[in-house]
Amino acid sequence: MSHHIFEFRDVRYRYPDGTEALKGVSFQVTHGESVGIVGANGAGKSTLLLHMNGLLLPTSGEVTIGEVPLGKGTRGEIRRKVGIIFQNPDDQLFMPTVLEDVAFGPLNLGMSPKAAGELAREALRRVNALELRDKPPHHISGGQKSAVAIASVLAMNPDILVMDEPAASLDPKSRRLLIALLRSFSHSKIVASHDLDLILDVCARCIVVREGAVAADGPAEEILSDRDLLEANSLELPLSLQRR
Amino acid sequence: MTLEAAFYGIGRLDRLSYQDTAVHRLDPRAKVVATMLFVVAVVSFPRYEVLSLFPFFLFPVLMAAFGDIPAGFITKKVVAVSPFAVFVGMFNPLFDPGTVAIAPGVSVSAGWFSFASILVKFALTVSTALLLIATTSFPGICRGLRRLGVPALFVSQLLFLYRYLFVLMEEAMRVVRARDMRSFGKRGTGGRIFIRIVGTLFLRTVERAERIYGAMLARGFRGEVPSLRREALRPSDALFVLAAGSLFALCRLVPVPEALGRIARGLIA
Amino acid sequence: MHMADALLSPAVGATFWTGTLGTIGYASKKLKAHLDDKKIPLMGVLGAFIFASQMINFTIPGTGSSGHLGGGMILAVMLGPHAAFIVMASVLTVQALFFADGGLLALGCNIWNLGFYPCFVAYPLIYKPLVGDGRSPQRILLASMASAVAGLQMGAFSVVLQTLLSGKTELPFGTFLLMMQPIHLAIGVVEGFVTAGVINYVRAARPEILDSSASAKPLAAGISLRNVLVGFVALAVVTGGALSWFASAHTDGLEWSIEKVAGKGELPEHKHGVAAAIKGLQERTAFLPDYGFKPAASEPKAKEEKPAWPNVDAGTSVSGLIGAVLVLAMAFGIGSAIRAFRGRNSS
Repeated sequence: MSHHIFEFRDVRYRYPDGTEALKGVSFQVTHGESVGIVGANGAGKSTLLLHMNGLLLPTSGEVTIGEVPLGKGTRGEIRRKVGIIFQNPDDQLFMPTVLEDVAFGPLNLGMSPKAAGELAREALRRVNALELRDKPPHHISGGQKSAVAIASVLAMNPDILVMDEPAASLDPKSRRLLIALLRSFSHSKIVASHDLDLILDVCARCIVVREGAVAADGPAEEILSDRDLLEANSLELPLSLQRR
Repeated sequence: MTLEAAFYGIGRLDRLSYQDTAVHRLDPRAKVVATMLFVVAVVSFPRYEVLSLFPFFLFPVLMAAFGDIPAGFITKKVVAVSPFAVFVGMFNPLFDPGTVAIAPGVSVSAGWFSFASILVKFALTVSTALLLIATTSFPGICRGLRRLGVPALFVSQLLFLYRYLFVLMEEAMRVVRARDMRSFGKRGTGGRIFIRIVGTLFLRTVERAERIYGAMLARGFRGEVPSLRREALRPSDALFVLAAGSLFALCRLVPVPEALGRIARGLIA
Repeated sequence: MHMADALLSPAVGATFWTGTLGTIGYASKKLKAHLDDKKIPLMGVLGAFIFASQMINFTIPGTGSSGHLGGGMILAVMLGPHAAFIVMASVLTVQALFFADGGLLALGCNIWNLGFYPCFVAYPLIYKPLVGDGRSPQRILLASMASAVAGLQMGAFSVVLQTLLSGKTELPFGTFLLMMQPIHLAIGVVEGFVTAGVINYVRAARPEILDSSASAKPLAAGISLRNVLVGFVALAVVTGGALSWFASAHTDGLEWSIEKVAGKGELPEHKHGVAAAIKGLQERTAFLPDYGFKPAASEPKAKEEKPAWPNVDAGTSVSGLIGAVLVLAMAFGIGSAIRAFRGRNSS
């Protein structure tokens, strides 16, 4: 009996200024799944993602992660299981050197500097960025920053990887490398993106979010070849599926 | 200084600071201490002293040579920041009523000597300060300061500032460029536009800080920024400080040029 | 304006470094106890923001000159005095290192001049009382101007004091003051205007940023008014003592500028009046150590006289000159040799 690693039950969220960003989102993700989240701008994708590690708490409804209900007191525990990578790597690499950044998570988890350093090196190795370890983040390229940002999350050994527009500022080669990397991970993955080709390559399942609710949920191949559905959500067919 | 000039100037200095030479490998604490000793020694010279200061040039010259720091680069920067010192010092020849004989029958205001003293001291202290950052990465200096007892919160602040320095400068350049492109040649910004530029930048900065905070929380941040390294002082570091300190003390207490000059004249005559 | 190492004496530099380090320690401790975690990255990035903004120039209408943002006041309003001081100190430190703006010994003075006065004096004593609840743009403008002007005047005066106490310059106290204070008055007015503008801009766009910083702390996280006043009085006493000491030692300098300004006759009267009174005061309050100041008061103004300056004598000896040239040649010769050697080896 596979347990759900992620469960959203009728989650609603209202911002302090009154905007209702999520209006009853429900879905489940099982262990090992890779799910893409797509939708128009302002549909609620980012808000949804921010609930996944407790940066936002639902106004109503429940979020359960690995059988732990999300609440103020359980956020710390949940952040060990869920690693989020945000859109702008510059916002996530805030330490003086790459190695210190990747070791930030393990150190906060209570590891000794030695153990944290080891974990950090291992994580950097996995993303092929070990040689960057002593460099300051502002001396490396955008693609390298993305890789390091992923490493910084991997070092915490999360069960789930959540990513918001991971390839947004990458050049084609870096993007290819990223896709290959993501495919090599056995973690459960949740990827929010406008890059539908990336979703097609990386995710088996796809959820369409529209105006704060789930508009469609099914196999990625199916959803992403449904032209009408996509266009109704200000999207279009992945470039690889479009006929010239 | 324009944003662009500052950006590339600092950028170059920043890159130089990550080079790998014997000087760069010295412990930051040793370099900070040596630099401070140097500055204090130089600045402690009496106001009219000029020639006895010259031996002190050995320190920045050696640091630059062994640290692979281009001499022209440093010199240009020293000249660039000299205006204030020149401005204040240039009144000395005017206001000093004392005079000094520099040749039989010729005397000038003693103020020229104090002015020259200021200029030489200025060249020495500024070049050495620049060489400190040129041979030690800023995070290295911060780590050194922490080990020297500076409060963790302040050090963490320095590191954060440094990390986002170039990011913010780039953002500022983008905003200013956008303004320039719509100014049609009218140079400079009026007050109202400036306020809008700064205000926009400020808001973006606050938003960025919120995102960074979110990223920190996501990786378990609970108030303390953890540190990874524990560097130990090596014998070479202690030796460096000792040697430098002794040299400064010597040059401060003994008028080296005078002595050398006498020896030279003795040899010639 | 920034102090420079070359104009400082070790004693003055060390004194202000002590003050600055003490304040950094104090502010750090206070913040550690009270600070909202969220402010940590904010302080860092705002520091970078101030640093970058200071390089954006704006033209002052009608004068053709340009000005730029200081930042102390905006930081104090957004973050409170302790955090603002830490941020200003960090900005000045980075400037001192990367721009050699001032110098490392002078950094202690600069952090004090540009950080202490705006954050711990102007903000709590002038801005906060004047701004009230912070909702009226007019009050914000008034408070910003008053506090910016005051902060800068104090800072500028501090520079004059530090320079004179160090004894490296001949600039008469009065002249220097007359140069520094009016300029900084103008800068203060502009800075106040810009500060108010930015505050109002931010208030319009995201009012919650200001409200969160303003409402939480009464006199900004625990500075008691009494402590500030005590500090202020102490400062005033020291300043007053210094002023009187220098006024008497530099009577000719002050008189010189007064003469120039008022166009009075030759020898002013030292024997009675203000100068004598100041001299008397100086005798009673002379607790300042001798920083090697030139005893100008005792010298007549005759320019043809050659006073005995032992230091200067040594410096102008022929041997000294030869030796100095030799030393320089050696230093730079060694430097070039090392570079050439390294260049050949490394490539």
